[in-house]
Amino acid sequence: MGGFDWEVIRTSLPYLFKVGMTFTITLTVLAMAGGIVFGTLLAMMRLSHFKPLSMLAGGYVNLMRSMPLVLVIFWFYFLVPFIGAWILREPRPIPVGTFYSALITFTMFEAAYYCEIMRAGIQSIPRGQVWSAYALGLDYWRTMGHIVLPQAFRNMIPVLLTQTLILFQDTSLVYVISATDFLGAASKIANRDYRLVEMYSFVAVVYFVISFGLSLAVRRLQARIAVVR
Amino acid sequence: MYYHWNWGILFAQEPGGTGTYLHYLVVGLGWTFATALAAWAIALVLGGVIGTLRTTDRPWVVRLGNGYVELFRNIPLLVQMFLWYFVVPELLPKGVGDWIKQMPPPWGSYVPAVLCLGLYTSIRVAEQTKAGIQSLPRGQRLAGTAMGLTQLQTYRYVILPQSFRIMLPPLTSEFMNVIKNSSVALTIGLLELTGRAKSMQEFSFQVFESFAAATVIYMLTNLVVVLGMRWLERKVRVPGLIAAGTAPQVAH
Repeated sequence: MGGFDWEVIRTSLPYLFKVGMTFTITLTVLAMAGGIVFGTLLAMMRLSHFKPLSMLAGGYVNLMRSMPLVLVIFWFYFLVPFIGAWILREPRPIPVGTFYSALITFTMFEAAYYCEIMRAGIQSIPRGQVWSAYALGLDYWRTMGHIVLPQAFRNMIPVLLTQTLILFQDTSLVYVISATDFLGAASKIANRDYRLVEMYSFVAVVYFVISFGLSLAVRRLQARIAVVR
Repeated sequence: MYYHWNWGILFAQEPGGTGTYLHYLVVGLGWTFATALAAWAIALVLGGVIGTLRTTDRPWVVRLGNGYVELFRNIPLLVQMFLWYFVVPELLPKGVGDWIKQMPPPWGSYVPAVLCLGLYTSIRVAEQTKAGIQSLPRGQRLAGTAMGLTQLQTYRYVILPQSFRIMLPPLTSEFMNVIKNSSVALTIGLLELTGRAKSMQEFSFQVFESFAAATVIYMLTNLVVVLGMRWLERKVRVPGLIAAGTAPQVAH
């Protein structure tokens, strides 16, 4: 390990974090927000008594879950420009750039996983709560919005956060569409300066520190919530 | 919006001259399975051992097992893939490193991919093993001890035969995960199913036909695995033993 070049890591730090890590974190946070909203809607659809609705949501979730993420990234990377052209009635596919392509992909893909978590969360609420809400004259949306979902979210916060940590790690796969996320940035420098060992080891250490730190925080939170409940 | 659909492309010759594009993809599925099965074998053995060790009464063994799990869980799979492909050969003695780097394709990518996926999946298996063992009533272990069995014998004859049966449903989804995760190996040049769908799209310009074909093949694979594991569950079921309920899964 005598030849380990610390200098290349030091000089590339601003690029790695300002460009790469910013991309990764922005993508993670936005995809989490979008994924949870869309996932919750999917969960409500899946639990609907209206068969076509629940079948549609179930089919979507199963489709997403049976495909590897890499393939889903490719799908959306090529599909989104066509859908954009279709919506805007343009004759040509509209270029959307790797960031928005990745954002749409991860929102749609993670929604399938968040959906399953929220479904379990909604089902964990005793049926009596729903009946009482209906008995008090609340309609479906009010029952969901004021009674069921707040509790479901609260019960599922640790699981939702754990899934978000997985999402954070999964965003590194945007490498396959040559996006400049944290790994992508490191890989560009690694190949430019031929410093693969240094850059990839550094990337691994940074990902480990962040993921491990956050997972400890999630575990703490879980313990606290468990006591309160 | 123009897109020229041409499903006939599946039966056109691929430029490498090995046959039709469909055949090209099916060979990719073969590589997907070859990678996933080899990795699965490593994962089952390593994960089974580590998961079991984490439930023993030796604190330092438990700590070592926990450290192993944390190490592999907190680094993204793609980064681990790059570590195995680019970094590990450089850290080994020069002769061994050069030998690895000079392996002819596809073995040069296949071997690192299998090792990477095997170790990555082993932590999932270890977690399931631990959960399976801990889901058994404490009395099982106590009864084993009371009957004069050693800890090793208690595991061998009482704990493990029950916990492996409980673990079967979660292992099904882990096996699906290793099949799906093997697609990450395309980044180090392994032409498995997703990798081949991507090259097919590059050669033929029929983007959506390529990806749709790969998607259908993955879905069929899913179905076969689920049915196969269900059969296995029935086959090894002990009458009177109740299967564990399925908790919400957090995994890809």
